[in-house]
Amino acid sequence: MAQNKLNIKAEAKNLNFFYADGTKALKDVSLPVYENKITALIGPSGCGKSTFLRCFNRMHDLYPGNRYEGQILLHPDNTNVLAKGVDPIEVRMRISMVFQKPNPFPKSIYENVAYGLRVRGERSKSAVDDKVEEALKGASLWNEVKDRLQDLAFNLSGGQQQRLCIARALATDPEIMLFDEPTSALDPIATVNIEELMSGLKNKLSILIVTHNMQQAARISDYTAYMYLGEMIEFDATDKIFTNPGRKETEDYITGKFG
Amino acid sequence: MTTTQLKDPPISKRLAKNIKRNFIERVIEIILMFAALAATFITIGIVYILVTEASGFFKEVSIIEFLTSRQWSPLFEDAHYGILPLISGTLTTSFVALSIAIPIGTVAAIYLSEFASHKTRESVKPVLELLVGVPTVVFGYFALLFVTPLLQKINPDLPTFNMLGPGIVMGVMIIPYIASVAEDAMRAVPMNMREGSYAMGATKFQTAIRVVTPAATSGIIAAYILGISRAVGETMVVAIAAGQQPTFTFNPLEGAATITAYIVQVAMGDLPHGSLGYQSIFAAGMVLFVITFVFNILGHMARKRFAERY
Repeated sequence: MAQNKLNIKAEAKNLNFFYADGTKALKDVSLPVYENKITALIGPSGCGKSTFLRCFNRMHDLYPGNRYEGQILLHPDNTNVLAKGVDPIEVRMRISMVFQKPNPFPKSIYENVAYGLRVRGERSKSAVDDKVEEALKGASLWNEVKDRLQDLAFNLSGGQQQRLCIARALATDPEIMLFDEPTSALDPIATVNIEELMSGLKNKLSILIVTHNMQQAARISDYTAYMYLGEMIEFDATDKIFTNPGRKETEDYITGKFG
Repeated sequence: MTTTQLKDPPISKRLAKNIKRNFIERVIEIILMFAALAATFITIGIVYILVTEASGFFKEVSIIEFLTSRQWSPLFEDAHYGILPLISGTLTTSFVALSIAIPIGTVAAIYLSEFASHKTRESVKPVLELLVGVPTVVFGYFALLFVTPLLQKINPDLPTFNMLGPGIVMGVMIIPYIASVAEDAMRAVPMNMREGSYAMGATKFQTAIRVVTPAATSGIIAAYILGISRAVGETMVVAIAAGQQPTFTFNPLEGAATITAYIVQVAMGDLPHGSLGYQSIFAAGMVLFVITFVFNILGHMARKRFAERY
């Protein structure tokens, strides 16, 4: 891999994370997120991969008592996302997230996608119209819903709802998109759709994805990080991790001897 | 007993129906069914009595007069039987009460569910619910002896018996009902929906107004319906503080009688059973029943329309 041509979009440096009850969920985790690449986080349940992902957009701030130590730098301006003076809302405006279970809002398809623009105060109808169409096309959903944009989002199938959530996240032009096991609640066909979608999206932005499905990581990601018990065990190009891992623990996990 | 003994009986016997167990199950089922049916039968009984007694009333008084006359004086020499004054009194006091209880109750619910810390919520909610336990007769005198004199300082022309004072007090009384039920509905909205909103960069307030409230609409409507039923059916507060003079008016600054206040007035008097005056309370009761029934139907329809589907 020609690593010298890669730009780092974001970078976790010696990140520790503590839940309100004092549990230390992340131990000194460091990881680069390369621009226009997909980075997958794998590891057994409870290894801290979702906790780590949710640090990037400060989701842990929603629950009192959680505490971060260390840095997540956002390039090119070198902002430490976790710094006290940084407003989590500003962070979430740049880093969007797609969740495990599709979570559309109780609104129309159109209003779901327009949500991010609305909370940012966008008032121009034509600007919102354009963005909604662009985002739905970006999420390969436009052709299926263009005639029923005013329908309630709950009327869509599970896979369509998840693509709607991706469109919603796309509509505000994020720099990084976080995916937290985005296909674990979907059937195989919907899963393939989402995977193809993610592979296409990396041309526009950088992607960090948590997955419990190693085949998925191997199929779509450029880089893979293996985590275990809150620690980053190994990070490398996906080919390398899956064919010739550097650490014994990683090999045991990907060959199914463990986990 | 050893395990070998358990295995002793032949298979056919071990798999045979256990008559004793089935019998007990059946008895339990019947007891449970009676508990469920009791409430239904009581409701049917109430409707039956209302209809039979009221039909005696309507043999003497035409329905046309009952529904159109603007005078209600069944106990006077010159008797008139127009229900409109009682309806206007009921609707006016309810309107005053709800225009206080619905906004404040909703805002309180949003605060408790979305903004208050766990500690605040756990200390505020019991106090709010304590308000529910206060006997309504206390609220009635509170309206008559405290709120109305206070209002008279602002507007000296306000009569001692008026609909505004008891309406306001009734509103305060209903706030906890609406706040509590609406808060439960909002808290039932799954956290992942809120997270979706926060992840889009929304603030707490935006999330509460744009996502949580619409997601909880059906429960919030249920809270409002409960509040309306409480307001329409409330008796003591209005009987004490609104005066018991049936007047056809929608002006809250005047005194009036509500349907419930009239019923309590007659029921506590010494009218003979079977007299027209006595039967008039059943006719009035039937109107009350119809009003609450209509609101419940509307509420049910609204709840179905907005049923949660997350």
